[in-house]
Amino acid sequence: MQPALSRRPRWMTELIAVWGYVQRNYYLTRRYWMWELVWLVYTLMNALAITFIGAGVETLEGGGGIDTARLMTFLLIGALIWSYLSMIFDVISETVSWERWEGTMEYTFMSPASRATHLLGMGVYAIVYGILRTAVVLGVAMLFFDLELSNANYLSALVVLAICSVSLVGFGIVAAVMPLLSPEKGQQVTYIISAILLLISGVYYDVSVLPGWMQWMAQFSPVTYALDGIRSALLDGAPLGSLRDAIWPLLLMGAVFVPLGLWVFHLGERYAKRTGKLKRSG
Amino acid sequence: MNALELRNVRKRFKKRRGVWVDALDDISLTIRRGEVVGILGPNGSGKSTLVRVISTLVIPDSGEVHVFGVDAVAHPKVVQRNMNRVSVEASFFKKLSALENLLYGAKLYGVTDREARERIREILEHIGFDYKRAQEPMEHLSRGMQQKVALARALLTSPMLMLLDEPTTGLDPRSKREVQAFIRRIRERHDASILLCTHDMREAEELCDRVGIMVDGRILALDEPRALKERYAADGRIPDLEEVFMAATGYSVEEAAAEEE
Ligand SMILES: Nc1ncnc2c1ncn2[C@@H]1O[C@H](COP(=O)(O)OP(=O)(O)OP(=O)(O)O)[C@@H](O)[C@H]1O
Ligand SMILES: [Mg+2]
Repeated sequence: MQPALSRRPRWMTELIAVWGYVQRNYYLTRRYWMWELVWLVYTLMNALAITFIGAGVETLEGGGGIDTARLMTFLLIGALIWSYLSMIFDVISETVSWERWEGTMEYTFMSPASRATHLLGMGVYAIVYGILRTAVVLGVAMLFFDLELSNANYLSALVVLAICSVSLVGFGIVAAVMPLLSPEKGQQVTYIISAILLLISGVYYDVSVLPGWMQWMAQFSPVTYALDGIRSALLDGAPLGSLRDAIWPLLLMGAVFVPLGLWVFHLGERYAKRTGKLKRSG
Repeated sequence: MNALELRNVRKRFKKRRGVWVDALDDISLTIRRGEVVGILGPNGSGKSTLVRVISTLVIPDSGEVHVFGVDAVAHPKVVQRNMNRVSVEASFFKKLSALENLLYGAKLYGVTDREARERIREILEHIGFDYKRAQEPMEHLSRGMQQKVALARALLTSPMLMLLDEPTTGLDPRSKREVQAFIRRIRERHDASILLCTHDMREAEELCDRVGIMVDGRILALDEPRALKERYAADGRIPDLEEVFMAATGYSVEEAAAEEE
């Protein structure tokens, strides 16, 4: 009656479960493909529109002295990285709401797969999906624009992006606990967090133009460092070694946010199980 | 070793400010290995809370829950591996097919695609579920079919303890009979112990070795259906289980079921 399954070592069953989450999300993406297409078009149009702002500046009075190609590249990098990172954040922070909405929440939470497996599975999916989607948008944008990527250091940019993805996963996990504690308000809070990140992290401008208190907040956003590092790599060809100021904070944030997120989530889950907030019906 | 053992389990929920409800009020219950125990109770009597406490979705305020000797509160992960559940609502990803839902559900329990596919085909064939329809989105299936998929999902992970929370409520008579036949089959072919919560007297009588009657978070009586009937026998006549239920709870079964919606 109890076949091979129960004899499998724990790490192996957890790996199977990670794959389960990734595959499930892939199935969902496939079923909701119309929506995916809509979002892709939306993201693409958004990135193009923002990049055109760079071209638009040139036509403004006194805008002649601007390095337009560089400005456009600067803006496009902002748009792409933001769409990628905010997507990771959204996918993870919506983990609970999504299952609640589908009605599968209790089955997921009573399964033996650990919460770390669950959230990391969501993270892996978000990263892979985000990379593919961003690549499509980048591809189209390159057809449209004359970008300044002549001395770009792609390797440095990818390394920064990879490290940042991990911190963002951690950041998302911390936020994911909120919908667990308060179904509706919690999700609303995560959208506000996402909006604040967009404002303070210097997505479309240098952080130095912000008021002092916003600059102070910016130093806690992983997105700030990611954009800094990636822009130096792509616009100025900065080698990996010179990006320490971007990489260290990101590594640190990843090392703090991921365990912190899992711990906070664990506490939130216990609280929900004690108060009956996991689900209330039936 | 017993499949399930609850000792003095209590759970209160806060309804509003200052208003609390005792969903479980000092519950003690034992299910022996291979036994099917039914719980009959009107709406709000605490059946689902009981199932949630056992399935580790609700942490009890006090008392002990042991599943095959393992403390479910202290070691939820160990216990979770050995049980599964079917509830009133089907709880699936609506746009995904039955097959996709099942493959996903199985993986959370460490069952690979290959193992699962084989068993899914076998299980679905046995319950007369057209395998081709397993490719359709869940939302295209009738409630009865969805409930069968829910039972298949539970079976796939080879649970030693099955928690069935009103698995046939809201099904048309034919689907109901089919799902009941499926449960009977699980009981005969698999080494599973079962807790079955239901509103349906006949179902409880036909499927269960022992039946408990639950009201306001307490189990008033728990015995073999025949013994229960004898206990509540009035004027020399043996009542049916329905009358037992009324005598014990003060509710008619219709009243209990009507409150549902
Ligand atoms: N998560 C919760 N939060 C607050 N109150 C709850 C919660 N779960 C259950 N209750 C309350 O506890 C009592 C028992 O509810 P429960 O759902 O366990 O009953 P039930 O026997 O399953 O009813 P039904 O037949 O309607 O499914 C009810 O008064 C219910 O309102
Ligand atoms: Mg119930």
